[in-house]
Amino acid sequence: MPEYQNLFTRVQVRGPTPYPGVPLPRGDVPREGGSRLVRLFGYFGDAQVGPIYLGQLGILSIFFGFIAFEIIGLNMLASVNWNIGQFIRQLFWLALEPPPAQYGLRMPPLREGGWWLVAGFFLTLSILLWWARTYRRARQLGMGTHVAWAFMAAIWLYLVLGFIRPILMGSWSEAVPFGIFPHLDWTAAFSIRYGNLFYNPFHALSIVFLYGSTLLFAMHGATILALGRYGGEREIELVLDRGTAAERGGLFWRWCMGFNASFESIHRWAWWFAVLCPITGGIGILLTGTVVDNWYLWAVDRHFAPSYPALWAPVADPSLLQGAPR
Amino acid sequence: MRFSTQVLLGLAALVCTVVIVLSFERPPVRSTQIGFRGVGMQDLNNPRTLAVRVAANRLPEVPEAADTDGPKASELYENVQVLGELSAAQFGRIMQAMTEWIAPAQGCTYCHNPENMASDEVYTKVVSRRMLQMTRRINTDWTAHVGQVGVTCYTCHRGQPVPSEVWATAVLPHSGLQAQRGQNHPAPAANDSSLPGDPFTPFLLQANEIRVISNSSLPGRNPANTMQAEWTYSLMMTMSEGLGVNCTHCHNSRSFANWETSPPARLTAWHGIRMVRDLNTAYITPLQPLWAANPRGPADGPHGARLGPGGDALKINCATCHQGANRPFYGAPMLEGYPELRLISAGPARAASAE
Repeated sequence: MPEYQNLFTRVQVRGPTPYPGVPLPRGDVPREGGSRLVRLFGYFGDAQVGPIYLGQLGILSIFFGFIAFEIIGLNMLASVNWNIGQFIRQLFWLALEPPPAQYGLRMPPLREGGWWLVAGFFLTLSILLWWARTYRRARQLGMGTHVAWAFMAAIWLYLVLGFIRPILMGSWSEAVPFGIFPHLDWTAAFSIRYGNLFYNPFHALSIVFLYGSTLLFAMHGATILALGRYGGEREIELVLDRGTAAERGGLFWRWCMGFNASFESIHRWAWWFAVLCPITGGIGILLTGTVVDNWYLWAVDRHFAPSYPALWAPVADPSLLQGAPR
Repeated sequence: MRFSTQVLLGLAALVCTVVIVLSFERPPVRSTQIGFRGVGMQDLNNPRTLAVRVAANRLPEVPEAADTDGPKASELYENVQVLGELSAAQFGRIMQAMTEWIAPAQGCTYCHNPENMASDEVYTKVVSRRMLQMTRRINTDWTAHVGQVGVTCYTCHRGQPVPSEVWATAVLPHSGLQAQRGQNHPAPAANDSSLPGDPFTPFLLQANEIRVISNSSLPGRNPANTMQAEWTYSLMMTMSEGLGVNCTHCHNSRSFANWETSPPARLTAWHGIRMVRDLNTAYITPLQPLWAANPRGPADGPHGARLGPGGDALKINCATCHQGANRPFYGAPMLEGYPELRLISAGPARAASAE
C-alpha cells in the first residue's frame, strides 16, 4: 500500500478536475493553455501544469525577449557565415560583442556593435516588463512584492554591467558581450584589467552573500527536511503556533551554535542574503574603472593587502631600464 | 519508477559522464610550492603528461668535436658567406648536423644542387644562410632570454624542414552582418577558449602595448579597456600553453602587473617576447618573397605550406622553440656541443647570383 509522505511523496493526489485558480478581476486577459497533470512533474513539485497567466505585460515581455534572442542568435549565425553545423558546434563560443571603444556612446554601424545595442534595448525592455508582471501578479493575489524586489536586485546588477557603468565610463565598449564563454572570458579579463577584483571589498561582500545564501539554504532546507516527521514543512502554521517541530529545530541550532533563527526570521535571512549578493556586486562593478582603476594598488594604499616575504631577489620592470627594447 | 523515467535518467547520467570526461584533465595534478606559504604560488604539473613532454624534448647525440686547424672554409670552398671562419672539419661537421636537424630524409639536396654545392639556385640554401645569422643573433644579442644555453637549428626544427609550431596572421572576412573581431570562435592559440584567436600578429610581429593594468589606483590615466585585456589574456594563454606552465610560473598570485614580487622567470619571458618580435620582423618576414616563389616548398619536396592563408611567412612564437617545456629541452645545454655556431658571420649575405 502506498504511503503518504510529506516531502518527497510517491502519492500524487488527483482531484476530478485541475484547480483553475481564483477568479480574475475584470479587464484581465483570461489564463491560457488549460491545465493538466504530469506525473513526472509530480515527483519534483506540483503535478498540475498550467493554466498560465500571460496578460499584456507577459505577452509584450516575451515578444521583446524573443526579438533580443533572435538578434543575438542571428548575429551569432552570421559570424559563422550562416553555417548551421558550425553554429551548433561553436554555439558556446559565439557572441554578439558591444561596439569597439572608438564609438564611445554614439550609435555605431549595426555590424560593428549596433546590433548589440538593439539587442540590449529589447532585452532590457523585456526584463523590465517581466519585472512589472511579477509585481502585478503578486498584487493581484494579495501577496507582498518580495519576489519582484528580489528580481529587481538582479536587474540592478544587469543594468550596472550593461547600461549604467558603460554610460559613466563614456563607452559602450565597457559592457559585457552576449555569449556563453565570451561573457565568462570578459569577466576574467575585467578582473585582470582592473588589477584583481578580489581586492574589491564589494566583490568580497558579494561573495559572502553568494556563499552565505547557499549555506543558509542548505541549513534551512536540511532543518525542515529533518523536521518533516513532526510536520515541520508547515512552516507558516508553525510561525503562528509553534509546535514540537519548531521547538526541536530551534533547539538543535541553539545546541549546535548557541543561536537560532526563528521560523519567520530565517526567510528574511535568506531573502536579504540573496538580494544583497547582486546589490553589493553591482556596487563593486560600478566603482571599478569609475572610482578605482587598480584594486590591488587600492588595497595596498589602504594597507589592506598584506605584503609577504620575498623568496627571490626583487625583479625590476625591464621597460624602465635605459636602452631596453620596447 | 516508470521505464521512460529510467531511460531519461540513464541518458542524463550518460551526458554528464561524457561532459565530465571530455572537459577535465585526468588526475593527478601535482603542485610544487614556489613562493611564500599560503599565497598560491605553485607550479602545476601532471606527471603523466610531463613524462610525454620530457620524452619528446631530448637532444640528439652530439657528434665528436671537429679539428679546428687547417685552412678555413672560405679559402677552400666557393660562395661560403656565413660559415667562412670554420675549419674544413668544422664546416663538414656543422653541415652534417644541419642535415640531421632539418632535413634528415632529404639530405644535402634539400638545400644544395648536387652538381654544384656552391650554387644558390635552391632557395632553401638562401633561407638557411639567413637562419644561421638568426641563430647568431639569438645566441649573441639575446642572452637575456637564452642565457648561455643558447639555441641551435634543432631547437625549433627537430628533424623537420618547417618547424611544427609556427603561426600565420589570421585572415578575417570583411563582409557580413557582423564585423569579425578575431575572437568568439574556438581559439587553439588560447587553449580553445573564445579569446582572440591570433594574439601573435599584434604582439609578436607588431609592437602593440601588452600592458593593460594601471600603475595607479586612480582612474583616468590608463586608456586600455576590457576588450584590450582579452588580447593580452590570449597572448598569456598561448605562452602558458607553449611553455607548459601556469600563470604563477612568471606572475605572483596577487597582482599580474607588479614586478617586484614576480618570479624571475617573468624577466626572461619579457625578453623572450621582444626576441621573438625581433626575429619575426628582422629575419622571418624579409624572407617571405622566397617562400612566395616556392609556396609548396622545394621542387623535390617535401611539399607543404610555406605561407599562411594571407600569403605571409610562417612565423615564430614561444612554442616554436619551447614545445611545451618551460625551457627548451628542459634546459639541456644545446649550443655547448656546437662551437661552429659561435663562428657565424653577421655580414650581409651577397646576392644569390654567385655561381
